[in-house]
Amino acid sequence: MTMDDNKLTFDKITSDLTHHIRINKGFLVWMGFLTVSLVACLYAYSLQLRTGLGVAGIRDYVTWGLYLANFVFFVAASLIGMLISAVLGLAGMKWITPLTRIAETIAVSFAAVAGLVIVSDMGRPERLAYVFIYGRPQSPILWDVTVIITYFALSLLLLYLPMIADMAILHRKGALPSWLKGTYKCLSLNFTDTPAQNRIINRSIRMLLILLVPMALSIHTVTSWLFAVTSRAGWDSSIFGPYFVSGAFVAGSAAVIIAMFFFRKNYKLQDYITDLHFDNMGKVLVTVSLVYLYFNINEFLVPGYKLQRADAIHLTELFSGKDACMFWIVQIGGLVLPILLLFFRPFRKPLPILVISIAVLIAAWFKRYLIVIPTQEHPFLPIQHVPQNFVVYTPTLVETMITIGPFILVLIIITLISKFFPVIPLHETAVEKGVEDV
Amino acid sequence: MEENNNTHSPNEPEKSKASTRRDFLKNLGLAGVGVATGAAALYSGHIFEAKKEATGESKVLLTQDGRLVSVDSLEIKSHEKTGEDLRESQSREGIPGRRWVMVTDLSRCRNARKCISACQEAHHLRPEQYHMNTLQMQDSPNTAPYNMPKNCQHCDNPPCVAVCPVDATYKRPDGIVLIENDRCIGCRFCMAACPYSARIFNWIEPKDAAKDQGIEYNAELNVPQKLGTISKCLFSADRLREGKLPYCVEACPNSVYYFGDENEDSVTNGTTKETVRLSKLLRDNGGYQLMPELGTKPRVYYLPPKNRLFPFEEAKDATPEKV
Repeated sequence: MTMDDNKLTFDKITSDLTHHIRINKGFLVWMGFLTVSLVACLYAYSLQLRTGLGVAGIRDYVTWGLYLANFVFFVAASLIGMLISAVLGLAGMKWITPLTRIAETIAVSFAAVAGLVIVSDMGRPERLAYVFIYGRPQSPILWDVTVIITYFALSLLLLYLPMIADMAILHRKGALPSWLKGTYKCLSLNFTDTPAQNRIINRSIRMLLILLVPMALSIHTVTSWLFAVTSRAGWDSSIFGPYFVSGAFVAGSAAVIIAMFFFRKNYKLQDYITDLHFDNMGKVLVTVSLVYLYFNINEFLVPGYKLQRADAIHLTELFSGKDACMFWIVQIGGLVLPILLLFFRPFRKPLPILVISIAVLIAAWFKRYLIVIPTQEHPFLPIQHVPQNFVVYTPTLVETMITIGPFILVLIIITLISKFFPVIPLHETAVEKGVEDV
Repeated sequence: MEENNNTHSPNEPEKSKASTRRDFLKNLGLAGVGVATGAAALYSGHIFEAKKEATGESKVLLTQDGRLVSVDSLEIKSHEKTGEDLRESQSREGIPGRRWVMVTDLSRCRNARKCISACQEAHHLRPEQYHMNTLQMQDSPNTAPYNMPKNCQHCDNPPCVAVCPVDATYKRPDGIVLIENDRCIGCRFCMAACPYSARIFNWIEPKDAAKDQGIEYNAELNVPQKLGTISKCLFSADRLREGKLPYCVEACPNSVYYFGDENEDSVTNGTTKETVRLSKLLRDNGGYQLMPELGTKPRVYYLPPKNRLFPFEEAKDATPEKV
């Protein structure tokens, strides 16, 4: 702790954690930039709606392209809510308190937008309701829809419940516009900080945390099954579930570290998100990366040893063929190197770990590309008598914009949540520091 | 439980009051059920009487198990469906008693591609859209190359049907895997699941979209093709319903294809119109299936390319550079 705990008063904590809740120039400029970018991406999507999926580079052989890779990435990133809040929280780690809301915000926004990403991949998005009307429980898509909706609902509750107490404080204390105060009052559900109320909230949170673990495991396991239930080389793998889940933790941890860095800097939270938190998150990232490395070795070494016909073609393309460059940059730059660096304390300082996390997160996106696309470029039977763009997948500009759009939407959601609600749990922090509201 | 006993004994009157109340509720419930049953009986009796009055005549009919029964003429409904209902139920139920099967003789294929053009014309496909495509295959460096027409294998254990989230693609009792493109949401999971790359997608406006406007969708022909939905080989289910051979089978100039019914154990060559025993044809010629190890149980059999009638020639592509 950089601050002497004795000097902490409740008012100081409140003002430290809520002073960013105001509309300033920086916020308007940032939101303006995001909105304009989003509009451009929406225009790209309107082109696709009018003329069909043909505006994208996907064709009959590589039929799942950027959109599907993006979907997997979004589901992966949303898993971090479970790791930070549920796994570390239930294990009794106290240091995660200031990070829980950041993790849940990331989880909620990525899970919500993942649903939109998958709609952008549909040839007939206006028939989305058919999934509910004619849904067949045999199809893994039905399982995916079910678990993603459930996970999103649980994550939203987990974001909201710890916020009820904060809303009550904000309503009472903050010097804020009346419409905002009214909203806080509404959201606080007349919370008055009685022991009975706290008991209900704490119990509910605990129940949610326990439910969240199997749900989070399910969403990414089922997402991996979209691939693993087929017989294609590169997808036909029995470890795809844990392989995806461990990869998701890597991407999510990196996302949380990046968010921590910017919130700390922009909202001046240096006293609450300290170097210790970065150090600990560095340890978390290196741990999950090691687990992911282990699954990577299993995923590539075992089929690589046997080199069955279809696997041989797939692995040759990855190791030394068309996709080799991307593959090795992703595996070494996004996994091996970060692990080696994060073993050393100086690399777990805020700035170095930010740079490493950005590399890990970008690599994580390309990793999804490598999982989804190359497999389809060499099916069991040869690709013949079709145009060249059927043989080699090249994403189009429109497709790329439709892929970037969801990222902008996630940034908008995260910005709005973090702008109008305390980034760090206010009530919880005060309770932990032993300062009570008077 | 114990606690319950303790509280019961000193409060005998309380208990009896409770049980009276329970009894009352039970009786009330019984009475309710009785009234409802009575009302239903009266109502159905009334309907029956009303109907009897309406016609007054009864007909004697022969049931399926050979009994003669007398039935009020109002009760007799036509068994036949008409229009769209008929077409929809037909395309889901298939042709009764049949198990369609195809045999492709690789020793006779010289890549004339007549099957492909007949198919593309029938199903309103673009030149790069194949329900049937002839591939130039070579199994290993020292084995001879050969031409292999490849269509949907109409698997008995179809991976595409299993993964479809909305029942837009389905397996019929007569063995054919069909698509209902009014239902398809365009998720392309079936394309990812198919190991034979048999499925195609309407990425852009279908070739005859303007011409086909207003035509009612026929799942057995897969016409009109629709933007954003799947298409694939249908074993020409519309032709089979008319008692004809599939478009590709009929169009082949080189007697490559046999088509027929597994139940009858007979297949007919599309070019020579010669009908042979399916089991004998497969036995005598070493018939095999594509990738049977995947457990898909295809309904298309291949006869190996031995004693070939034509030399192998490199195929020339006529498809556009980019679509």
